[in-house]
Amino acid sequence: MEQFFAALTLSAGYNTALVCIGAALLGAASGAIGVFVLLRKRTLISDAVSHATLPGVALAFIIAQIYFDAGRSLPVLLFGAALSAGIGVLAVDWIKAHTRLTEDAAIGTVLSTFFAVGMVLLTVIQSLSLTGQAGLEGFLLGATSGMLRSEALTIAVAAALVGFAVVLRMKEFSLLCFDEAFAAASGYNVRWLDRTLLLLLLGIVVIGLKTVGLVLIIALAIIPPVAARFWTDRVPVLVAIAAGIGASGSYIGAALSASAPNMPTGGLIVLVLFGFFVVSLLISPVRGILAAALKHYRFQRIVHLRQGLLAIAHEEPVLEPLTRSILRRGGFMSGDGQPTVKGQSEARLIERDQKLWNLYREMHPEESHALTDWSLKPIGEVLPADTVKVLEQELCPQFARTDETGNGGTN
Amino acid sequence: MDIFLQFDLPSILLGSLAALACGLLGNFLVLRKQALMGDAISHVVLPGIVLGFLFSHSTGSWAMMLGAGAAAIFAVLLIELIRRVGNVEPGAAMGVVFTTMFAAGVVILERTGTAGVHLDVEHALYGNLESAIWLDAYSLSDLWNWQALSTLPESIQQLFVVNLLIIAFIVLFFKELKISSFDPLLSASLGFSPKWLGLALIVMVAVAAVAAFSAVGSILVIAMFICPAATARMLTDNLKVQLVLSGIASLSAGLFGYLLAAFGPGLLGYEFSVSAAGMIAVVAGLQQLLAMLFAPHYGVIMRRRRQKKHAVA
Repeated sequence: MEQFFAALTLSAGYNTALVCIGAALLGAASGAIGVFVLLRKRTLISDAVSHATLPGVALAFIIAQIYFDAGRSLPVLLFGAALSAGIGVLAVDWIKAHTRLTEDAAIGTVLSTFFAVGMVLLTVIQSLSLTGQAGLEGFLLGATSGMLRSEALTIAVAAALVGFAVVLRMKEFSLLCFDEAFAAASGYNVRWLDRTLLLLLLGIVVIGLKTVGLVLIIALAIIPPVAARFWTDRVPVLVAIAAGIGASGSYIGAALSASAPNMPTGGLIVLVLFGFFVVSLLISPVRGILAAALKHYRFQRIVHLRQGLLAIAHEEPVLEPLTRSILRRGGFMSGDGQPTVKGQSEARLIERDQKLWNLYREMHPEESHALTDWSLKPIGEVLPADTVKVLEQELCPQFARTDETGNGGTN
Repeated sequence: MDIFLQFDLPSILLGSLAALACGLLGNFLVLRKQALMGDAISHVVLPGIVLGFLFSHSTGSWAMMLGAGAAAIFAVLLIELIRRVGNVEPGAAMGVVFTTMFAAGVVILERTGTAGVHLDVEHALYGNLESAIWLDAYSLSDLWNWQALSTLPESIQQLFVVNLLIIAFIVLFFKELKISSFDPLLSASLGFSPKWLGLALIVMVAVAAVAAFSAVGSILVIAMFICPAATARMLTDNLKVQLVLSGIASLSAGLFGYLLAAFGPGLLGYEFSVSAAGMIAVVAGLQQLLAMLFAPHYGVIMRRRRQKKHAVA
């Protein structure tokens, strides 16, 4: 626990601090890019991308180790990973475009067969008993313990670069996500934009391999945007919140793993991120469950109150238990089910309101149709005063005439 | 011959049966555009398997199977909940759930110290096909000897039962599965709910995934679900034919994958053998590639040729 707080406050050694900062930058960048991948509904292609990195890593290791004795060099391994992931993405596109198989089947095929090739190559590496192969295990589920300073620095810098690129291209990506046709008509090369988006995603996946591992890296691009989606509907805010969630989740996860070196870093980061997701799902005031339930409860109250008061006005018995309890709590009905004086007067008001609304619906069917959700409110609050006056005159011509003569009298 | 019977045959059986169980169900996943459900399920069963193992303290037990089935149902419900409540796109909801559950499985595994005893993360990812051995086999006649057969590894027997279960499921509900895969609305109006059938299919997928899991690992299970079915889908329009073809493709992937892994490097002059589970998936993928290129009607090359002929005419 002490170790965890030390790591959290960046005082558990220079390397750990660097790893945590690198993870936070990675989380921020992947959260930001994830927003656009989510909005484009291509979330699961990142799964194919991440699994397709394995053969590249293994092959790069074999070649680098045998010919250059540099198998542990992170840039070399990541270059191999990027290359094979790129081939994987092209393969998904090819299958989707040229055969009768659908995108999901294409993604599944690519991710599993590429991973299988990687596995076969890993056993080849084991059998060749090349030195330095122990580090390769970390690519599966992430291992930040024992990460070299230069590696941590590479990850931090690369993640910052990708994040910066996403922010620079934010406008174009939003356009691509919401209105592809308009983007094309405005002169943007949509195909190229789409490729850029995938390329940045690929970059994040590759950079994150060492920290989060290829099995779980996609969580870093999926969970923060999905969680952020509960808080806002505006793209720039969405990107900011997703980046924030990604950064803090990865940071806390990396700090946790610093205090428990044998736990896979990727697993811890994903669980922390899921915690953020659950919190957003529950308590977000915009689209969270709690907010939705509250809204529903308020709506229900208004409907029941209105129906109950209308029943009193028509001198019908109120039988529905929920309505009765709401009426009683509002002081409109006494314990024995009889309306109180306050209830009687309020009922008259609601009855008049309802009659006016009904009349309005008859006279202006189109306009009132657009106002369905508003018709639970008092009509004076929704419609302009002169419209209400016209309705009143229509409803009760007698009253309106006396009103007119009254006016004439004073003149 | 002894060595083949004792060491190679059990692995071939294990691999082929695992491939068959997944390959048959995969047809419906591919047709329903739920191929990635196979992906998700094969990840989410991990926490169920780990908890089942903690409960029963033995691998290959039915407790693990039960745990995995429960985990799969839980995952499906959770995906549905997130999708409905949060108004989240299905792919994203799936991504959130399966990565989290897999992460939870990995962390429980490391946390409780189960790791390294019987179950570990590498095992979960790669499977352990080569560990299947049948020490009581001495000659070919043992294949017809009930007593000797009963000493086959438990995982093979379990997979055999699972295969029977899956074939029975497909035969019994063939009409329902077919209609609900192609036309969910018609199926609903005919009176059988596509939702319940879908859930039953997912449970069967989970059962197949767990049974195959210990043999080929969680990620290659996905290859088994998708590749044979996709291969068959390239070759035919008839669902029955497709099922048979996918069965053949699965079995041949299991057989040739193992042979290639065990003896392939030897043919090239190397001493070692490579991961059999990985090779099975590679063969399944190669079969699919061949089918995509050379299939008589839907293959890319035939279609190109037809287009060219059309253009000339």
